[in-house]
Amino acid sequence: MRRVIKLSKGLDIHLAGKALPKRFSVKPSGKYALMPSCFEGVKPKVMVKEGDKVKAGDTLFINKEYPAVKFSSPVSGTVSSIQRGDRRKLLSVCIDADGQQEYKDFGKKDVAALTGGEIIDSLLEAGLFGYINQLPYAISTNPQVLPKAIFVSALRDMPLAGDFEYELEGQETDFQTGLTALSKIAKTYLGIGASQSSSALLNAKDVETVVFKGKCPAGNVGVQINNIDPVNKGEVVWTVEPTSVIFFGRLFNSGHIDLRRIVALAGSEVKNPAYTEMVVGQDLASLLNDNLNTGSKVRVICGNPLTGVKTSAEGFLGAHTSEVTVIPEGDSTDEMLGWIMPRLNQFSVSRSYFSWLLGNRSYRLDARIKGGERHMIMSGEYDRVLPMDIYGEYLIKAIIAGDIDKMEQLGIYEVSPEDFAVAEFVDSSKLELQRIVREGLDMLRKENA
Amino acid sequence: MSRLKEYTEKIKPLFEPEGKLHAFHSVYDGLETFLFVPNTTSKSGTHIHDAIDSKRIMSMVVIALLPALLFGMYNIGYQNAVAAGQLADASTAGMFLYGLLAVLPKLIVSYAVGLGIEFAWAQWKGEEIQEGYLVSGIIIPMILPVGCPIWIIVLAVAFAVIIGKEIFGGTGMNIFNVALLARAFLFFSYPTKMSGDTVWISTEKILGMGYELPDSFTKATPLGELAQGSIPSSTLTDSFIGLIPGSIGETSVIAIAIGAVILLWTGIASWKTMFSVFAGGTIMAIVFSATGQTPVDWYEHLLLGGFCFGAVFMATDPVTSARTEKGKYIYGTIIGALAIIIRVMNPGFPEGMMLAILFGNMIAPAIDYFVVQANISKRLARVKKQSETR
Repeated sequence: MRRVIKLSKGLDIHLAGKALPKRFSVKPSGKYALMPSCFEGVKPKVMVKEGDKVKAGDTLFINKEYPAVKFSSPVSGTVSSIQRGDRRKLLSVCIDADGQQEYKDFGKKDVAALTGGEIIDSLLEAGLFGYINQLPYAISTNPQVLPKAIFVSALRDMPLAGDFEYELEGQETDFQTGLTALSKIAKTYLGIGASQSSSALLNAKDVETVVFKGKCPAGNVGVQINNIDPVNKGEVVWTVEPTSVIFFGRLFNSGHIDLRRIVALAGSEVKNPAYTEMVVGQDLASLLNDNLNTGSKVRVICGNPLTGVKTSAEGFLGAHTSEVTVIPEGDSTDEMLGWIMPRLNQFSVSRSYFSWLLGNRSYRLDARIKGGERHMIMSGEYDRVLPMDIYGEYLIKAIIAGDIDKMEQLGIYEVSPEDFAVAEFVDSSKLELQRIVREGLDMLRKENA
Repeated sequence: MSRLKEYTEKIKPLFEPEGKLHAFHSVYDGLETFLFVPNTTSKSGTHIHDAIDSKRIMSMVVIALLPALLFGMYNIGYQNAVAAGQLADASTAGMFLYGLLAVLPKLIVSYAVGLGIEFAWAQWKGEEIQEGYLVSGIIIPMILPVGCPIWIIVLAVAFAVIIGKEIFGGTGMNIFNVALLARAFLFFSYPTKMSGDTVWISTEKILGMGYELPDSFTKATPLGELAQGSIPSSTLTDSFIGLIPGSIGETSVIAIAIGAVILLWTGIASWKTMFSVFAGGTIMAIVFSATGQTPVDWYEHLLLGGFCFGAVFMATDPVTSARTEKGKYIYGTIIGALAIIIRVMNPGFPEGMMLAILFGNMIAPAIDYFVVQANISKRLARVKKQSETR
C-alpha cells in the first residue's frame, strides 16, 4: 500500500497559456551557455579558455570548494566566450556547437552491480553530480557528506509548470535506471501527485513512492520532505529534480551525457503554448522566435512565474529549467483606484475581489507587485499556503532580525526559498520572501562553515 | 483617466530629489498610489502577485465600519429627540442629519490630525505613507461619546499615533490597538468627558437642527445603570437595534453584524478571534448570571456596550492580536472573559471591553511565544530522538 499524504494548505493559481501536451520543433541556432547561477551555492572555477574545443561531457568549470564536482559541457563545440560580471564573477561559459556532436565516453554501466560510492564517482566524473541539490541550505551538494535520504518529486504543480509525466513518455527506462542508481547511495523517496498515472511513476522500483494530494506547493520537494521525514539539524538530504534522474539514467545506459529535456513554452504572451525538446544551455532566441504575441512588453522567465529567474530572448536554458514562461511586464498598465474597484481581471485569494466567484478561470497576470511593501500586517497569510510544520511568519521575522538561533529553532534547515513562493504571491505586505529565505540560508551557511 | 495620469506624471519631477516640492514627496507618493495601482514590477522572487494589498484591506475594514457609523449618526438624532420628548415630531432624515452634523467634525478632525502626523512622519523618515490610520481614523470617533469635545480628540489622536504607533515603527509594529489607546488616553485623562451620565446624549441644537436640552440633563448608558446596581431601562430589542445611549458606533448589534459578515467573508478578520471573544464572554456571563453576581441575563451582556464592536472590529486587529492560529483562540477567550469580569466585578468601570482588549494586546506576544515554543520543542525533541537511535 502506497503512503498517501494529504495536504490541506496551498493554492493553485491558474494562469492563461498553459502548455498543451503536443510537441513543436525548434531549430537550434548552435549557441549554448552553461551558467553557474543554475547551481546554487557553487563557487565556479573555469577550466577552459576561449577557443578551446570541447566534447559533450568535457569539464567547463568546477566547484572551487569541492574540486571533484565538475560541470560538463552539454554539447560539443568551441568555447566562444567566457562571460563575467561585477568583480569578475563568472556568469556563463558560451559554446558554439559543432554540427556533428561528439560525446566523451564514460562507458556503459550496469547500475544494479554498482555500489553507492561507484555511482557517486561516475556522476562526479561525468560532471553531473552538481545537478544534485541538498537540504539544508538548498544548494548544489557536495560528495563529502552522504545523505540520510534522497528525495525526488515527480510532481510539478507550480503555475504553468511543464508536466513531468509528459516529459517522461519514452524515457521510462532511463528514469528507472536513475532511480536505481540513487537508491544505491541512500534510501530514495519518489513523491508523486494523486492525479499522476504513469506506470513508470506508480510502479517505480527501488524507491519508496509517496503520493501527495493537495494544492501547490505540494509538488515542492522541500514540502514533501517536511511531511515524509523532516531534516534535523546536522542531517543532510539530497534532492534531485526528476529530469536530472533521467540524465543520470542516460549516463549509465548510454555511456555518455545527454542533456536533452522536454521544455514547456507557456504563458499568456505565447502564441501556441506547447512542449519542445531542448538541451541544457540552449539559447532561448530560437525557442521564442515568432512564438510570442506582439504588441505588449513581455517578461521572459526561465522557469515558472513563481520561482523562475527573469531572463530575456538573449538568455539560455537553465540546468534545472523545465519551462520557459512569458508574461506581460505590465509596467505601463495604469489601474485607477485599485483599493476599491472590482478589478475582475485580477486574481486574488482574498474575497475582497471577485475571483472566488469566477471559478477556475485562467488569469493573464503581469509582473506588477500591485502594492507597496509594508511591515507584516495580516497574520496567518503564509500559514495558509505553506503545507509544512513551520511557522513561516516567525521564521521570516527571525531571518530579517538576523537571529541565527531562532532561525535554527524554527526550522530553517528544512526549507528552501521556493517553498515560500506561494506565500510570497499571496502576501499583502509584498515582502520578497524568497530573497529573504535565501539570505537567511546564506547567513547560516557562512556561520556554520 | 489618461488625462489625470498625464497630469500626475507631469508634476512628478517637482517631487523628485532635485524638484522644488521634494519636501512633500511622500504626500505625492501617497496620493499617486491612491489614484493608481503602482506599476512597479517584481525584481526578485515571484514574478506575479496577488491583487491584494494593504490599501485594499484597510478600505474593506472601513467599508465594514460604515453601517455602524451611519446607524450611530441616526441614533444620535434619535436619542436627542427622545430626550427632548419630541420623537413623534422628528423625521428619520432629520435625526440622521442631526447625527451627521454631530459626528462629521469629529471624523474630519480625527483624519486631519492623524493623517497629518502620518504624512509628516513618513516625510521625515523618508518612507511611504502607510494606510493603517485609515481604519484608526474612523474608529476613534466611533468609540467616543457624542458629548466628547473636539479639542480632546486632537490630543488623543496625536497621542495614539505618535506614542502608540510611530515610535514603534509604524503600522504593523505597534503593540496596542491605536484607536483603543486613544480612547484609554482620554478615559484616564478626562474621565468626566468620557464617562458618567452627561456625555451620552447630544444636548445642543446644531445649525438649527435637533433640540436644545437643559444643561442638567443626564442619561446613563444601560451598562452605567447596571454598574449603579439598577436594571437597564432599555429593552432588549432596543439594544439589539442600537437605539440606546452609548459611544457613537457601538450601539447597534445589527449594524455591527453586517460589518462582521463583511470582515469574515473577505477573510480580513479572523473568525477564530471573533468567535473566541464571544465564547469567552458567554462563559463568563453565564457564570456571573448563574451565581447571581449580575442582575441581567447572560446574553444581555453580549448585546450591551462595546462588547460586539470590540469583538468584531478591535480584538481582530491583526497587528495587535495573537498571530498564531492556536493563539487566536486563547487571545479571544481571555478578552471576552475579562471584559465581563471587569464589568461585573469592578463598579468603577461600567464597560470592560477597552481594558480587556488592551490587556489582550499586551499578552498576545506571550501567547504566541508559547505556541511557537511548542513547535520549537517538538523540533528539538525530534533531533534528540534521532541522535538516540543512532
